[in-house]
Amino acid sequence: MRPKPELIARLEERFGHAVIAYVDADGYPMSVATDFEVDEARGTVSLRAVAGDAQPPQGERVNVVFSHIRPQPGVGYDERRYVSLWGPLRQTEGGLEFSPEDVQHWDEEEMSFFEYSERGVPQAKRYLERVSAETGREVRPKLSFGWLFLRATRLPFLTATFVPILLGIAVAAWTNGFSWWLALLTLIGGASIHLGLNVANDVFDTTSGADAANVNPTQFSGGSRVVHYGLLTLREITLLSAAFYVVGIGIGLYLCATRGWDLFWLGAAGALLSVFYTAPPLKLVHRGLGEIDVFLGFGPIMALGAYYVQAQQFDLEPLLASIPVGILIALVLYVNEVPDRPADAAAGKRTLPVRFSQDVIVKGYAAAVALTFALIVVFALAGWIVRPTIIALAAAPLALPVYRALKSSYDQPYALMPAMGKNIQLHLATGVLLILGYVIALIADGVLDDPPAFLT
Amino acid sequence: MGILPEQVEALLETALVSELTVVDPSGRPVTHPLIPLYDGELIYLTSSILFSKKLEHIKANPKVSLSITDPAALEPGQIARVTIQGDAEVDDSDLHAGWERVLPLWRKKEPAIDFFLGKRVALPLFFERSVIEIRPRRAFLWEDGRTDRPPQVFDVEPVLA
Repeated sequence: MRPKPELIARLEERFGHAVIAYVDADGYPMSVATDFEVDEARGTVSLRAVAGDAQPPQGERVNVVFSHIRPQPGVGYDERRYVSLWGPLRQTEGGLEFSPEDVQHWDEEEMSFFEYSERGVPQAKRYLERVSAETGREVRPKLSFGWLFLRATRLPFLTATFVPILLGIAVAAWTNGFSWWLALLTLIGGASIHLGLNVANDVFDTTSGADAANVNPTQFSGGSRVVHYGLLTLREITLLSAAFYVVGIGIGLYLCATRGWDLFWLGAAGALLSVFYTAPPLKLVHRGLGEIDVFLGFGPIMALGAYYVQAQQFDLEPLLASIPVGILIALVLYVNEVPDRPADAAAGKRTLPVRFSQDVIVKGYAAAVALTFALIVVFALAGWIVRPTIIALAAAPLALPVYRALKSSYDQPYALMPAMGKNIQLHLATGVLLILGYVIALIADGVLDDPPAFLT
Repeated sequence: MGILPEQVEALLETALVSELTVVDPSGRPVTHPLIPLYDGELIYLTSSILFSKKLEHIKANPKVSLSITDPAALEPGQIARVTIQGDAEVDDSDLHAGWERVLPLWRKKEPAIDFFLGKRVALPLFFERSVIEIRPRRAFLWEDGRTDRPPQVFDVEPVLA
C-alpha cells in the first residue's frame, strides 16, 4: 500500500528519529537509528549518513521505521504509534535519501489497541492452525474454567434477571407473604433461562457472522466471543445453552405443577421470547424488536412470574412495578447496540441504532429515561405501588453521563464503555431502590400499629 | 555479568522497548517494536499470537536483529544506541503458560504486567504468547548515540552447553 502524502508530511511532528533496517551481506537484518527530515514536495525522507560497518546498501530497498511510545511507569504505555515504510535508499551529497513506496502503520489515537488486537484474530487463528499442524495436536487458546464460564455465560448480566424477580417477590411479600424456598427456586430458574439466552445469542451471532464482523467489542457489547476466539466450539456452547434451558424449563414446570398452571403460559411466553430473540424464524433483535423483547422478558414477565410463584395469582401491582425496570433494561440493550451497529448492519441485524440516526437514538434515550421516572412518581403517588418506592428517583442522575456520552462519543466504542457501565448501574440502582421501597413498607407495617400513608 | 559488553547489557536491562527486525519470505526486512528481556545469555521477546506474522518469518529465517534506539525507552542520561544481530528460535510449545517462564524478567521491567495479566479474561488471545529466544552473534555500539560515526563492533563468543 502506498503511503498517503499527509502521513509522510506529519512524520517530523510525530516522531523523533528513524530506524533504517536492511539485510546485510551475511543475510542478517541490520538496523540503525538516525535523524531525518521530510521533503514534503518530493514525498521523500532525508536521513543522516550512517558510518562504518553499519552503512546501509545504496540503491536497494530498505525498511525505514518510525516508532513512538510514551512509557507510563506502573501503568504501561500510551501514545503508541509506528509507521513502517519500504522503498529505495540512495546516497546524496549530505546523507541518504529514502523514497517510500509501501507502508504499514498503526496509531492508537486512530485505532484503539483493542480494535487493533481484534483485527489480529484471523492471524491468530492461522497461527494456531499452523502450530497444530507442526505439533500434530490441536492447539487451542485457553482460559481457566472459572473465567471461561464467566465469559461464555456473561454472568454479570444476571442482575437483569435478579432485579425483576426480587421485585416481584418483594411485591408478593407486601401483598401476600412469601417463601424463601420458592424465591430461591425462582431465582435459579430465571437465571438459567437468562444464561441459556446469553449463550444462545452467541450461537446465532457466530453462525450469522456478526461476531466475526465486529472489530469493536467492548466489555458490555459484542457478545462473549468464546467461539470466535476458539476458546469453545460451536457445539460446546450449543450444548451449554441447551443445558441452561433444560434446567430453567425443568424448574419452571415444577413451579407450574406445584403453584398453578397459569404460570405455564407466562413461562412459555418468556422462554419463546428468549429463544426467538436471535433464533430464526423470528429473530426479533434483527427486526429492531430486541428492546420490546427484553422489556417484556426482563420486566413484566419475570416480575409477574416471581409474584405468581409466591401469591398463586396475578395482580396489577407487580406489573406496574416492573415497567420501570423493564424500560431500563431495554435501554441497556439499546445503548449497548450503539458500538455494535456497523457489525450488526453487516450481519443483517437491523437494531434500532442501525435503523435510526444518532439524534433520534439520543432523544429516544432521554425520553425513555424521563418516562421511567415519571411512571415511578405517578404510580407511587397514586398508591398503585408502595409510596416509599419514590426513593428510586435517587438513581435518575446516573442517566446523565450516559446521555452526555451518547451525544459526544457515539462513534467511539471504547470512549462509550464507561457510559455503558453507568447505564447498567442505572437499571440496577433503580431496581434495588424499588425493592428497598417495598422493604421499607414491610418494616413500617411490621413495627408501627398505624403506619403513615407515605410509608405504605 | 553476561556474554555481552557491559554497556550493551545496561541498555538491554533498562530499555522498555526495542525494535526487532526479521526477514520475510520475499527477503524484505520487517521491523516490530517489542519489550526486550535479558538473562545474561539469551535475549527474550514475547509475541501474542494476534501479531504472529513475525513468528512465522523467524521460523522460516532465524536471522534477526534487535535495536535499542528510542530515547523515550531509555533511562535519563543513557544516550548510547545498540544493535544486536543474532539467531532466533520460537518457543510455542505452550502458548498459554509457557511464556510465563520469562514473567519474572518482564515484571522487573514492566511491573504493570501483573495488572494486565489480571485482566486476561478481557483479552484472552493477547496472552496466548510465543517466546522468541535470541542468541546474540554480534553487537554494534554507538557509545555517544551518533550513528554517523562508526560503531564499536563486538563478536559474541558462543556459550558452550
